[in-house]
Amino acid sequence: MKSLAELKAIREKARDSVVMRKENPNNIRVVVGMATCGIAAGARPVLQAFVEEVARRGLDNVIVTQTGCIGLCRLEPIVEVYVPGQEKVTYVKMTAEKVAKVVANHLVNGVVVDEYAIGSAQ
Amino acid sequence: MNELSLHMLDVAQNSLSAGAANVRLSVCDDAQGIRRLSVEDDGCGMSEEMLRRVCSPFATSRTTRRVGLGIPLLKMAAELTGGGLSIESRQGQGTSVEARFVLGHIDCPPLGDMGGTMQLLIQQRPDIHFVYRRSVPGGGFELDTDELKTQLEEVPLDHPDVLAFIRQFVNEQEKQLVEVHE
Repeated sequence: MKSLAELKAIREKARDSVVMRKENPNNIRVVVGMATCGIAAGARPVLQAFVEEVARRGLDNVIVTQTGCIGLCRLEPIVEVYVPGQEKVTYVKMTAEKVAKVVANHLVNGVVVDEYAIGSAQ
Repeated sequence: MNELSLHMLDVAQNSLSAGAANVRLSVCDDAQGIRRLSVEDDGCGMSEEMLRRVCSPFATSRTTRRVGLGIPLLKMAAELTGGGLSIESRQGQGTSVEARFVLGHIDCPPLGDMGGTMQLLIQQRPDIHFVYRRSVPGGGFELDTDELKTQLEEVPLDHPDVLAFIRQFVNEQEKQLVEVHE
């Protein structure tokens, strides 16, 4: 059973690694659409999977954020990936299962997962 | 939307865009079998004109297009169980949304991953003071981000370990609450 006392242990452990990922222009940004359309289509587990996978791999150059309606509700859940110096990539109809591949191929190795990207996936 | 916690996440997004500094979410079940979901904020509030129209799917503050389904979907879900929705709002002071669900009704959705909802709200806006209160007849628990901050000192609320803790904490407390009181 979790209790607030556990936060103390997290604090001790995290203290050394609190060189926070402040605004760095070289950071990769992952943006998940979390408006009504996104949430209803299943964006919450997708966002959770990104937060967890990025933390698990310790990718401190990746920022995971949320936004409102991206404007293509029928293709939700939608995730946009901004790698500095490259064109934005839009992944559509995302699921939590697809997240690991996007993190490994795109965020870590720089290879866009074409099969999930808009254009081929729809 | 098949979980009440998804409605909570959706409605709370409105509080964030309203510029709130304090957002209180609560899920309270009473002895008569009514579950009250509420989201209260101290954001910018709504004009009386907007308040009158807010349950229409054609009322929205966004500019990309002229529909907004968050509140209408919650209202429909509540009414399907024989409950209802009410909203109070004052411009410049804040808004509170309350949805009442009849727990025993077959169309009442499960609460779902409320820990995930809190985790993602805090991940999005760690600067906002969030309180989540959950109660059933005879018991309850609360998550208060100010309390977490006191424990964490300089470690930020959106640290991955803290976010994972928040989700587990809320969901484990919920599980225990249900086991003990049902």
